Amino acid sequence: MVENRALPSKILALGATSAIAEATLRLFAARGASFFLVARNADKLEAVAADLTTRGAAGVTTHIMDLDDTAAHPAMLGQAVEALGTIELALLAHGVLGDQAEAEASYPAAEAVLGTNFMAPVSMITWLANYFETTGQGTLAVISSVAGDRGRKSNYVYGASKGALNIFLDGVRNRIDRSGVQVLTIKPGFVATPMTAHLPPNALFAHPTAVARGIFRAIEKRKDIVYVPAFWAVIMLIIRSIPERIFKKMNL
Amino acid sequence: MARSNPRPRFESWGRYPTLDAKLVPLNWTTDFPLRNPPSTPQLPVGAGRSYGDVCLLENGTLLQTRGMDRLLAFDPATGILRCEAGATLAEILDFAVPRGFFLPVTPGTKYVTVGGAIANDIHGKNHHLAGSFGCHVLRFELIRSDGSRFLCSPTENQEWFAATVGGMGLTGLIAWAEIRLRPIVSRKIDYQGDKFVGIDEFLALSQSATAEYTVAWIDCVSTGKNFARGIFMQGDHVAEPGPLEKSSEPWLTFPVDLPEFALNRFTMSAFNTAYYHKQLSKQKRTKVDYEPFFYPLDSVLHWNRMYGKNGLVQFQNVLPHASGREGMLQILKAITRSGLASFLAVIKFFGETPSVGTMSFPMPGIMLALDFPIRPEVSFDLLERLAEITLEHGGRMYSAKDARMTAEQFQAFYPQWQDFSRYIDPSFDSAFWQRVTGRRPIDG
Repeated sequence: MVENRALPSKILALGATSAIAEATLRLFAARGASFFLVARNADKLEAVAADLTTRGAAGVTTHIMDLDDTAAHPAMLGQAVEALGTIELALLAHGVLGDQAEAEASYPAAEAVLGTNFMAPVSMITWLANYFETTGQGTLAVISSVAGDRGRKSNYVYGASKGALNIFLDGVRNRIDRSGVQVLTIKPGFVATPMTAHLPPNALFAHPTAVARGIFRAIEKRKDIVYVPAFWAVIMLIIRSIPERIFKKMNL
Repeated sequence: MARSNPRPRFESWGRYPTLDAKLVPLNWTTDFPLRNPPSTPQLPVGAGRSYGDVCLLENGTLLQTRGMDRLLAFDPATGILRCEAGATLAEILDFAVPRGFFLPVTPGTKYVTVGGAIANDIHGKNHHLAGSFGCHVLRFELIRSDGSRFLCSPTENQEWFAATVGGMGLTGLIAWAEIRLRPIVSRKIDYQGDKFVGIDEFLALSQSATAEYTVAWIDCVSTGKNFARGIFMQGDHVAEPGPLEKSSEPWLTFPVDLPEFALNRFTMSAFNTAYYHKQLSKQKRTKVDYEPFFYPLDSVLHWNRMYGKNGLVQFQNVLPHASGREGMLQILKAITRSGLASFLAVIKFFGETPSVGTMSFPMPGIMLALDFPIRPEVSFDLLERLAEITLEHGGRMYSAKDARMTAEQFQAFYPQWQDFSRYIDPSFDSAFWQRVTGRRPIDG
């Protein structure tokens, strides 16, 4: 184990315009990190880049692409390595909530959710894991969800995409942790972001800034799996421990 | 228990009136105009720190701008900061203070957005020297509901600049703004507090004060020999270099709505007496942090809950110097007679620097601000009386703090309102604007 290593300062962010990613990146920008930012929308990405630069980023490179285009991943990664020198932290933050009703009614809708939330990250993580393994350092931080801990009727397609991602990350961690690479599975609960703006609010909703602080600490402390905010670890422990014969009758 | 899923409600700081609207968060300056424009009127809102109904719109769409909080550029050589309109002054201070900069003008809370600061052309303790917030805005981008965009500054699209500063959000959405910050070398403030009794002592202190920041707390409960006693507070940023770290987050939250009976004549009187005697000597000089100096109430989140679930109403006016002494005396007498005093009434001289906004509140004279718990039968009668005195003395009241003035009163305070209304976005409206143009009853 490498202890007391410096905080990562060369950062690749995928889905950099997501609210959680943006809030997390601000914490690193204030410490003078350099960024290679990837997102689909040029206007939004430009605003994020300007904000990180103003807050103290040493350098920001932007890259517009749709991460569903897995064939373009290796080339993008090459450009990121070239721009940053080395990648010390890769934050995977892109994803879609999808529409559960639509995904139940038609397989193509379900496939789209699985493609964006699982297949695209699998491609990225594959290339990144190999990269980090050769460099013998780095943090691979992936935003998953508490929804991946157990399937519920209200969002099991999204949940399945995140659950599959969690298992994939467990395996990757088991493989490359010994090379000095941190693989961090991030499981946020409800976060008040544009992705959840249509949901009725409740007391469990957290602000992206609070979630970002939890992610920052988890990277700092080289954790494997983190629930953000932390109370979700308790909630999900209870949810997971409900016997299936009872769980299947519940309205969740 | 059958409970329908409550719709989130956007409340103003006074929590009166309460009106339902559809809430649409804007997270990017490109989110407006909305892709599915509503058929009902719209209104951009910031942090909801104005007190009355300028940030409300019943059955309309409130465009919540807090997600637009990016800092887009900063030049330490000039202090010029460009940021999106939803950034709060607190966020700007967190960024600027460690870099040796401070806001050019700040109100009594740092939890307002830049967009709100412009839309209400807010003022602070340095008004007598620096003018209002709009005087320090170099330019901003205004987006209209038809998608047109104007870059506005004192020299470019200046009629839109003048209409939007103090324009209560009605002229369009402010996407981003450029403001000029001022340098500081420390968080500390050189503070001086002078006790006074009576309006004449306050006037004398105001005239002789030399500090950059001045404001007085005034006791609005006591009568007889203690009538109009108070503490005149002055401050300057210290000259010797000192700490510049960012502020810690407040950890105190007012947890519940206080019951109505908790605030009464006796508790208010006790508070005012205690506050007056907090400073023992006639004059006190010390160094204080800028947080308690500028934002004494920000350390308790949700302090408005202290006023109970009925909420509070603010009264804030300015009277010209010529009639100011006489008018303020009448106002203070009316307040003490009502027995409805407030915790923190403040009184201050406004300076001569002209406001840049067509509808801006500040003008040269004496400004008074105080809040009352809502007790319909008495509070509203008193407010009506205070508005009349303001009118008789050639003053005006502050839209951002008001929930009760009539259309006639508003139009007398702001005779330029018709000229201003030509700049209102055709799809924008507010509960305040409906009220003061006679389209909505008071207490709707």
